[in-house]
Amino acid sequence: MEIEIDGKKADVPEGSTIMDAAQQLGAYIPHFCYHKKLSIAANCRMCLVQVEKAPKPLPACATPVTNGMKVFTHSPLAVKAQQGVMEFLLINHPLDCPICDQGGECQLQDLAVGYGGSASRFAEDKRVVFHKDVGPLISMQEMARCIHCTRCVRFGQEIAGVMELGMANRNVHSEITSFVGRSVDSELSGNMIDLCPVGALTSKPFRYSARSWELSRRRSISPHDSVGANLTVQIKNNVVKRVLPRENEEVNECWISDKDRFSYEALNSPARLANPMVRVDGALREVEWTVALDYVAHALRDIVADSGPDSLAFLGSPHSTLEELHLLQKLARGLGSGNIDFRPRRRDFSADGKLAGIPWLGLRFAEIQELDAALVVGSFLRKDHPLFAQRLRQLARKSGKVSLVSVTRDDPLINLHAQLAVAPADLPRALAAIVKAAAALSGGRAPAGLENVEPCAASEAIARSLLEGERRAIFLGNAVEQHPQAAEIHALASSLARLTSARYGFIGEAANSVGGYLAKALPTALNGYEMFAQPRRAYVLLGIEPELDCHDPQLARAALAQAALVVALTPFADGAQTEYADVLLPVAPFTETSGTFVNAEGRPQSFAGVVAPFGNARPGWKVLRVLGNLLALSGFDQTSSEQVRDELVPPGSLFVGGLDNGLKGGEVAVSVRRATAEGSLQRVADVPIHFADPLVRRAPALQMTRDAALPTARMSARTLGSIGVTDGVQVRVRQGSGEALLTARLDDTVPDGCVRVAAAHSSTAALGEMFGAINVERA
Amino acid sequence: MAILGAINPMLTVGLDGDRAWRLADYLTRGGYRALRRVLEGKMPQGEVINEVKKSVLRGRGGAGFPTGLKWSFMPRSFPGDKYVVCNSDEGEPGTFKDRDILRFNPHSVIEGMIIAGYAMGAGRGYNYIHGEIWEIYERFEEALDEARAAGFLGTNILGSGFDFDLFAHHGYGAYICGEETALLESIEGKKGQPRFKPPFPASFGLYGKPTTINNTETFASIPYIINLGGEAYLEAGKPNNGGTKLFSVSGHVNRPGNYEIPLGTPFATLLEMAGGMRGGRKLKGCIPGGSSAPVVPAAMMMDCTMDYDSISKAGSMLGSGAVIVMDETTCMVKALERLSYFYYEESCGQCTPCREGTNWLYKVVHRIENGKGRPDDLDLLASVTTNIMGRTICALGDAASMPVQSFIKHFRDEFAYHIENRKCLVPVDVQRAGSGFFTATV
Repeated sequence: MEIEIDGKKADVPEGSTIMDAAQQLGAYIPHFCYHKKLSIAANCRMCLVQVEKAPKPLPACATPVTNGMKVFTHSPLAVKAQQGVMEFLLINHPLDCPICDQGGECQLQDLAVGYGGSASRFAEDKRVVFHKDVGPLISMQEMARCIHCTRCVRFGQEIAGVMELGMANRNVHSEITSFVGRSVDSELSGNMIDLCPVGALTSKPFRYSARSWELSRRRSISPHDSVGANLTVQIKNNVVKRVLPRENEEVNECWISDKDRFSYEALNSPARLANPMVRVDGALREVEWTVALDYVAHALRDIVADSGPDSLAFLGSPHSTLEELHLLQKLARGLGSGNIDFRPRRRDFSADGKLAGIPWLGLRFAEIQELDAALVVGSFLRKDHPLFAQRLRQLARKSGKVSLVSVTRDDPLINLHAQLAVAPADLPRALAAIVKAAAALSGGRAPAGLENVEPCAASEAIARSLLEGERRAIFLGNAVEQHPQAAEIHALASSLARLTSARYGFIGEAANSVGGYLAKALPTALNGYEMFAQPRRAYVLLGIEPELDCHDPQLARAALAQAALVVALTPFADGAQTEYADVLLPVAPFTETSGTFVNAEGRPQSFAGVVAPFGNARPGWKVLRVLGNLLALSGFDQTSSEQVRDELVPPGSLFVGGLDNGLKGGEVAVSVRRATAEGSLQRVADVPIHFADPLVRRAPALQMTRDAALPTARMSARTLGSIGVTDGVQVRVRQGSGEALLTARLDDTVPDGCVRVAAAHSSTAALGEMFGAINVERA
Repeated sequence: MAILGAINPMLTVGLDGDRAWRLADYLTRGGYRALRRVLEGKMPQGEVINEVKKSVLRGRGGAGFPTGLKWSFMPRSFPGDKYVVCNSDEGEPGTFKDRDILRFNPHSVIEGMIIAGYAMGAGRGYNYIHGEIWEIYERFEEALDEARAAGFLGTNILGSGFDFDLFAHHGYGAYICGEETALLESIEGKKGQPRFKPPFPASFGLYGKPTTINNTETFASIPYIINLGGEAYLEAGKPNNGGTKLFSVSGHVNRPGNYEIPLGTPFATLLEMAGGMRGGRKLKGCIPGGSSAPVVPAAMMMDCTMDYDSISKAGSMLGSGAVIVMDETTCMVKALERLSYFYYEESCGQCTPCREGTNWLYKVVHRIENGKGRPDDLDLLASVTTNIMGRTICALGDAASMPVQSFIKHFRDEFAYHIENRKCLVPVDVQRAGSGFFTATV
């Protein structure tokens, strides 16, 4: 299709709109409602242009290109139409730019300069629109500013998958509102603030704290989930004021999750640790860095001399940078200890010796949209991986068949092809049924050990979807990685992938789940579970709070309590660590250090610090390097984080090498069985999105969302009945020696025989294993 | 019986008696004969459409688009679902003909829709009935039951192998749902807001499938076209304006109501049928095609014949055939204020020029009517209407603008007087004496 816009010619594919062609040519057509990621609404009418032979101006966003079409975007007819629309948009707009948060970054303000009149012809009373309260993140305080472009509405319907905002009423009384009294709870809701072309939807935490032109923009990478969303961090006076998405079509497109967006509040938290602290006579005292590091070096050396290097344990966080994890494992190995890990939520490590390479997503994020079918196993999709779930949502909207086999029937807001919810102990069996169905359908060979497994209709439907089409993939979620039979599920997924020619991989628990493997922060002796199950004398913790971040916090707390030395490298001075740690070393969070995260698709993304470290905090890699020097270990002579990184990732690599989800030693025989005794209840532990790491736990606005509600004991009606409890009753929940008092809640998305009790929250930190047996009784 | 008069009628023949709407009565009037002829005679689809083309039946809902041509746009060979939809969302002020067709002759609509479904290969139809005429909706449901029981709807109709089912769907009274794509959205259970076109319903209609939407009266005319033959139907009207049409006459006449006359009948004749001007007063102006049609001053109107072309020549539109008659006691500012209020209130609010513009128009006219007009208000109104017209998603913006433009064009003195003297040119007691269609307020 050939088109000419303002005299410039372009060839565009059939089905393109004038707007598409203009963008290809670099010609700007003013617009408000149009957004490349949203459906076409054509309601703002700002993009009206003149088309040759058309009697009326046509909206560029919605008018398909016809061959030989001639378009004039600045002809008198077009400009008059655009000016007319601008006048209409402004007559009821409050024009309160001086006190509007959007001032300076407002599309309406910008375009009004080009198309607006200098005085208004509108002499009537302006529209008044009542404000709405939709929760702690989005402010809808000045809804009279709204120009009804419906971007927020379409975002909810199309991207977030749930229509939480809509346009009520008609005519000039139309207003954007949530359903009566409801808040906006989508984990992607903050993107509506970015999409709003005016100051109607603004960021509640950011409001009135800075003007947009006072802010410096710095590039960064999200430290939260495994997508590695690209961020623009905006700062003023060395303080992070706001975080916005930085567009990267291959990673986060133009979105970020609310966790990525609002976790910055924790950076400015009063709980920040400003100086190193050492426990003296039972109390933590602030000391100089040199004192603290000398203390740690001597203490570690003494313990090694006293009880051998095996009495040390080193635990990093999957949210730590590649550089930090690399130096942490060097430190451990330099001291002679193999007790090093970065996977605190893992329970089953039996695959460790058999991994062919670094476990990863199995394909690039951008390839998801090309899939014909996808199966996700063991994931709280929306809350674990908001942006990854969004990609699957788009896939399902298009034509791909997305299925979900998990431990609850949570609604991922994806138009699913099939969904299975089983007790955690039955997760391997459920996957095995799909493997068996796939073998039967494809005529392939099922692995040994599945003789007693019977496929159901849903597993057959899933297997069939994986056998149709060209491209399919199997994704293993966090509940698989944390599962007591993780290796078995891994083997089953590998068999299913073989039978269906699908690709498979792990979605990844955190920002650096792949990076930790690359940094070899992996055990050669005790792993992340065993180092607490078999208590050590000394622990070095990097960016982690074991009482919240471990698979079995009960074990972790007990082990830490008995240790002679606990060194915590942490940005914060609060929480349980003030009880068990002997040394607190203030390390910089992601905004104050340079570093690298390797996302689930194996993409190393390096970033620089955007502000100076708080107080006397220092980048973690520097602290570890100096510790290495003080301990006279070799391999600690780097002078920049780049040097540390270059030891692992060749400069300039787009993706890291060695990614391979295969299992060595041929196909692993599986033995599908029930793990818990019949009759006892099993715990289903999710990691709620806003408790998942130390940063989000301390972000006040996120803590006010519905996703941060207090954990409850959620059970199906049948489970509730079996223990004689009803919805709303206080129950005593026990695992091992620990217990928690929770409210019982009826929730039929939880499989029978299971109790859903969230992990990562202080109220449940006394409990044990995430998927272990659990006892519930009326309190 | 609210069909008050007719000349050479078709649609309204034999509708006296309170059982006219029943199937039995319809059958004695020759009902479903056209359907039998089409189905039992195995009339090819193309031939049915050709007959309709030959009749030059023009859409009775307002736009006057040739029905046969519209039908030929449907991709007949498209393998999936296709729909025919009847637009009975008669919300235009002044229009009340479809209500009477459905009240007295619902089977003609059903028969017309079945034939349309056959001609376009559609297996399913919906009749969207205005929400404020509930009893008509209930009656139509009853008529559907009768038709189903008699085998005119359902599978294998009259043994022809053709399957068609028809459903009634009622709206809730929003004017915008009479816009065909808003109507489709409403049937789909969504907020009634027009869609941007293209794509047109013929390719992407109800539930995304090819759909043809016609007015109630259009469908009701189909059996008569099939029975008479297209050419005979055309001859009943005048060239390019086939057939007879129902006109809803309201306002300052002695016998307001529905009248069926051949297209091309002089306005004077219609006025006479409606009992002439009330109280023998003088005609001041007339809105010949429903409230969105431009007003035509008395002298021009008396020269018109009632057909698409003649009214168009007078600068207005035949529209839905709603003739609003205003006599000399009418204050044109007050009349326009009421019309502008309607369009402001009924704008769906989706697109900017209509949402903001209709409100602005009403506020300015309201101000003039209330004695707060300003000297440049009339130019402002003209400018606002040009900024609305042709810039909106649907035609409501145009519909709101045309009364404003035409009232000011033809009765500018009256508006200027109102602005300058802060009162009506037509004295208030005269207005009240008229006790007209538009009530005066003091």
